[in-house]
Amino acid sequence: MENSTFIESCYQNIEKYEGIINSFITLRDKKEVLAELASLRSSTSPLVGLPYVMKDAYVSKGLQTTAASNVLKGFIPPYDATVLSKLKKAGAILLGKMNMDAWGHGASTENTDFGVTHNPWDPSRVAGGSSGGPAAALACGFARFAIGEDTGGSIRNPSAWNNTTGLKVTYGRVSRYGAIAYASSFDTVGPMARTAKDCALILREIAGVDPLDATSASEPVPDYVKLLDRDLSSLTIGLPAETYGEGLNLEINNAIQTAVKQFQKLGFKTRKVSLPISELALAAYYLIAPSETSSNLARYDGIRYSQTRDLFTTETMRRIMTGTYALSSGYYDAYYRKAQKVRTLLIEKYEEALSDCDVLLMPVNPGMPPKLGQLLNDPVENMLADIYTTSVNQVGVPSLALPAGFSKSGLPIGMQLVGKKFSEDLLLALGHQYQEVTDWHTRTPNL
Amino acid sequence: MLMKTTSKLNSKEVAYLARLAALSLSPAQLRDLETQLVSTLDYVRAVQKAPTENIPETTQVTGLHNIWREDVVDKTRMFSQEQALQNAKTTHDGYFLVPAILE
Repeated sequence: MENSTFIESCYQNIEKYEGIINSFITLRDKKEVLAELASLRSSTSPLVGLPYVMKDAYVSKGLQTTAASNVLKGFIPPYDATVLSKLKKAGAILLGKMNMDAWGHGASTENTDFGVTHNPWDPSRVAGGSSGGPAAALACGFARFAIGEDTGGSIRNPSAWNNTTGLKVTYGRVSRYGAIAYASSFDTVGPMARTAKDCALILREIAGVDPLDATSASEPVPDYVKLLDRDLSSLTIGLPAETYGEGLNLEINNAIQTAVKQFQKLGFKTRKVSLPISELALAAYYLIAPSETSSNLARYDGIRYSQTRDLFTTETMRRIMTGTYALSSGYYDAYYRKAQKVRTLLIEKYEEALSDCDVLLMPVNPGMPPKLGQLLNDPVENMLADIYTTSVNQVGVPSLALPAGFSKSGLPIGMQLVGKKFSEDLLLALGHQYQEVTDWHTRTPNL
Repeated sequence: MLMKTTSKLNSKEVAYLARLAALSLSPAQLRDLETQLVSTLDYVRAVQKAPTENIPETTQVTGLHNIWREDVVDKTRMFSQEQALQNAKTTHDGYFLVPAILE
């Protein structure tokens, strides 16, 4: 399909369904977008002319950037995030900036000041979060791909609940320059799309060291696309027994067991491994991430930019105050420092689990997307939605979330492949080979 | 500094935390947040049971140390005064206007 025709079809879908879904915070004018397409010089990049959307967590020169918070409403950044500069250079066309939980604080895209995003598979349910806008937009055909951000599951959770594919990269694999910080030692920038192959195409463009982000990794960037079809038959997939126990929805468990059989049919070995961490990982995450966010969000004082702090949502205020508590004199050792020691334990547990196998196959979400309002202002329920995802960020390893089937009621089910640091090539190849023999990822919601 | 360790947060401590975090909250907001903070802290307190004797802390996972750059100005990345001020609510003669701290 011609790129201009494709962009026209995206805008047609937006016109038809955005009223139900509410995935955009800022939608660019179609004429302006088509003019940008017409002005592109010929390029060798496979992304040239492809329409994409971006979580509103990245600064974009001259285009409103809010992090879905009224605190940043009307903020017009004077520079571009590195991920945006790279995609501009590759000739990809940005259609808009997407809804999310404000500052990344949430797993439902309900903690937003721009109206909740609805799940395209059942609009009475949440789209997941915090990158709920991008995932819902992909499911509705509003764009070819998206850029999300994952601090504790924010790419993987909505990917699983929208039947899309999303990659949480190794910490440092993609530059964070220009990403609005939530928890700086966990934040990662990653691709979201319909397929693992598309994620590979995007990652090849956006990965790599950046002098503007001192934490970006100098490891060479492999050709993720070329490596998709390589022979992986000697590979062993580990199944962490603890993640398939109590607390996991039965239909999700069954769908993943079917996927396990599919992987075995493809010739991969599978084995049970142990990863006894869930509750501890979640507790450590909900101390370290709020601590980092209380510091990161201290900059929003309404002087150089931003509105005043009384405009933070209750969810965000609670996270700031939890962090302030954990970092305060008298409590620092018992909470923040202790959580950082637990983080070391988590790294050791992952190393042990990944010494018995090459990748781990785990659930993404413990349950189906909740009904709207169910998670709001219930801090513990809210935290439990992240039980299988936050440890990955604390350890810093990559994880690919991809479709694994549907519930009886027609809701999408996802799973995640977790690898060693900088094993994105392996995860994408494994995901791609699975998607070659399954068709879950091709299904679209009936809106 | 916070008051001595107590098992539960009280409203005075919540108000003090809000002040530390530069959040001005109404009495109703403070009450809501107190309930939510208590249940959050009850959950995250699980870390305290973990055996961490002789376990070092992890603050970051890059393995990188001291990433330097040349100490030179890159003029292509400099903001004009106009750009620097474009998002400020209150400015005066090309400067940011800030709230007074001293009387």
